[in-house]
Amino acid sequence: MSSDATIEKFTKQEYKYGFTTDVESDAAPRGLNEEIIRLISAKKEEPEFLLEWRLKAFRHWQTMEEPHWPNVKYPAIDYQNIIYYSAPKSMTNRPKSLDEVDPEVVRTFEKLGISLEEQKRITGVAVDAVFDSVSVATTFREKLAELGIIFCSFSEAVREHPELVRKYLGSVVPHTDNFFAALNSAVFSDGSFCYVPKGVRCPMELSTYFRINAIDTGQFERTLIVAEEGSTVSYLEGCTAPMRDVNQLHAAVVELVALDRATIKYSTVQNWYPGDEEGKGGIFNFVTKRGACRGKGSKISWTQVETGSAITWKYPGCILQGDDSVGEFYSVALTNRRQQADTGTKMIHIGKNTRSTIVSKGISAGRGQNTYRGLVQVMKGAENARNFSQCDSMLIGDKCGAHTFPYVDVRNPTATVEHEATTSKIGEDQVFYCNQRGISTEDAVNMIVNGFCKEIFRELPMEFAVEAQKLLSVSLEGSVG
Amino acid sequence: MLEIKDLHARAGEAPILKGVSLRVNAGEVHAIMGPNGSGKSTLAGILAGRADYEVTQGEVLYEGKSLLDLSPEERAREGIFLAFQYPIEIPGVSNAYFLKTALNSIRRARGEKELDAMEFLSHAKEKMRFLEMDEALIQRPVNEGFSGGEKKRNEIFQMAMLDPKLAILDETDSGLDIDALRIVAGGVNTLRGGNRAIVVVTHYQRLLNYIVPDFVHVLAKGRIVASGDKKLALELEQRGYSWLEEKESARA
Repeated sequence: MSSDATIEKFTKQEYKYGFTTDVESDAAPRGLNEEIIRLISAKKEEPEFLLEWRLKAFRHWQTMEEPHWPNVKYPAIDYQNIIYYSAPKSMTNRPKSLDEVDPEVVRTFEKLGISLEEQKRITGVAVDAVFDSVSVATTFREKLAELGIIFCSFSEAVREHPELVRKYLGSVVPHTDNFFAALNSAVFSDGSFCYVPKGVRCPMELSTYFRINAIDTGQFERTLIVAEEGSTVSYLEGCTAPMRDVNQLHAAVVELVALDRATIKYSTVQNWYPGDEEGKGGIFNFVTKRGACRGKGSKISWTQVETGSAITWKYPGCILQGDDSVGEFYSVALTNRRQQADTGTKMIHIGKNTRSTIVSKGISAGRGQNTYRGLVQVMKGAENARNFSQCDSMLIGDKCGAHTFPYVDVRNPTATVEHEATTSKIGEDQVFYCNQRGISTEDAVNMIVNGFCKEIFRELPMEFAVEAQKLLSVSLEGSVG
Repeated sequence: MLEIKDLHARAGEAPILKGVSLRVNAGEVHAIMGPNGSGKSTLAGILAGRADYEVTQGEVLYEGKSLLDLSPEERAREGIFLAFQYPIEIPGVSNAYFLKTALNSIRRARGEKELDAMEFLSHAKEKMRFLEMDEALIQRPVNEGFSGGEKKRNEIFQMAMLDPKLAILDETDSGLDIDALRIVAGGVNTLRGGNRAIVVVTHYQRLLNYIVPDFVHVLAKGRIVASGDKKLALELEQRGYSWLEEKESARA
């Protein structure tokens, strides 16, 4: 078998999360205008300040243009043909416990391997489950509350802790930040909220699982995590969507705030539906994620494994404001079939002795296009700032592409900035070497790719590292023939 | 065990093997010698199933079955091992993980129980002691950052782990200094015996001082032009290959 044929066979594989759930939805009419925004806000019984903030964002958004600089191509999005709010009908009366949640919805999460019943959960992981525009359940909240940790849906945070939301919402990603962040600010529906008080180490992994179900619906969630002085939290998000032959828009915003000596670790395993062989359907994943290391000695670490979505556009970054603060970005992005990804990070060094590390691994297979885009900026006052960046690309087959756009802007002469980049092709000789030892081509490619990503998987919480590894092999299946 | 009959093969348009016939019985050690470009590595590659060559004529029987119809991994599972002239690096994959996957693929195909991590490790440690290898090697990424000598020793270690019926050593001596050569050859000699057949492909006679073959064949211009015992190798060392090549040209 020629290696081309091998490569082809390997990149073809079914998306196993592609089922739909039949639930009655309470949806807003198609399109976007101030009325829709008022409707969303009213449905969520929001305080006045939040409605005002949404409207301000919407008015600003109307003056903005969709960005066209990313290295991705997709048909124009008709923003008036999207449904901006959809929730299972059973959620309208805000169920008090899991028993009141539509069993179909609970079953959906179970099918995805996410049990909402606490006793069935892997111990040590609390979950907030988001279905279309609403959070359906959050587990282990009482246990966390004993430590003063607030972990709930964003809507609930707005109701129960409006002062915290008001203080931090938009403080890292302002509503004017970019086109998709402005859109999200106007229409965001739900998401997760987490607050860790001073000196508390969160004893379990917190996670949110996002599921898009309804057709023609956009998902616009908003996540806000605040870690007070000396606290530590590790957070993970996962996502899937049904297979549909139309594109769906997902424009999320995540804001992290770390105060003095606080540590936030944020991990993402993204597996939105990637579209079919011909590039039909799939999620447009346009996401703004940013963390502010506000306090001295604080640390924010982003780890992402991006294997899904038709288009991925995201640059989780860190604003290193506090002296001695640390930012990290570890990424695996895989594009197969006709997927396109333009992803990377922004590290903005403001405080003294700030350090950042960037390790990006891009894998392109099939006809996938993978772009790393990263900015390292050292501001005038950032004495002794240090950055190390490493961007490695791997190509599987000869119909895919890898691109790297590193931007470096240094305004302080004491800074040290290092950048390393490599591009390699899974060699026929590597595969043959494995074959000659009795290993099948599929196992060989998995092994070679996993070896390539090892540094990143090491950063993931244990249970998820195993998941990520499996996901990668599933996403790669069919990429070698 | 292995029977090559009138094998013709080409790479692209260029014919490389022009009628090679060879018979290797269980337990025998054969050396295939020849000048550069004579087709030695091509022959080794074809036996292992490398895709770069096209067989245009002839056949290869292994244990009575046609070998050329099998994929490289099927051949490996049937007991064929190739020690590479240039062992390949696989960054980020530990030698242990690589070999465990290989060994279990082979065991699975043979209907044997797969080894778990502990069983594998104790088996590997035993073989490493046997070959006087540094145990740290097994946790390092496959061949990455290995010296030339370490790479070749790693090939022999893999051979010991996978326990092949037919081992083909392709220029195992190339790039080795005399000490490394002695160690590698010592490893091969410990794996010699029983029913295992070994085919040693080499340019120089030097290796054969350490791995003494039962039979020596000279490959020139795509054909075996002379066969004999170890004395033939010594004669080649004194007279070079040219007299045999000339003889072959005259015949053609």
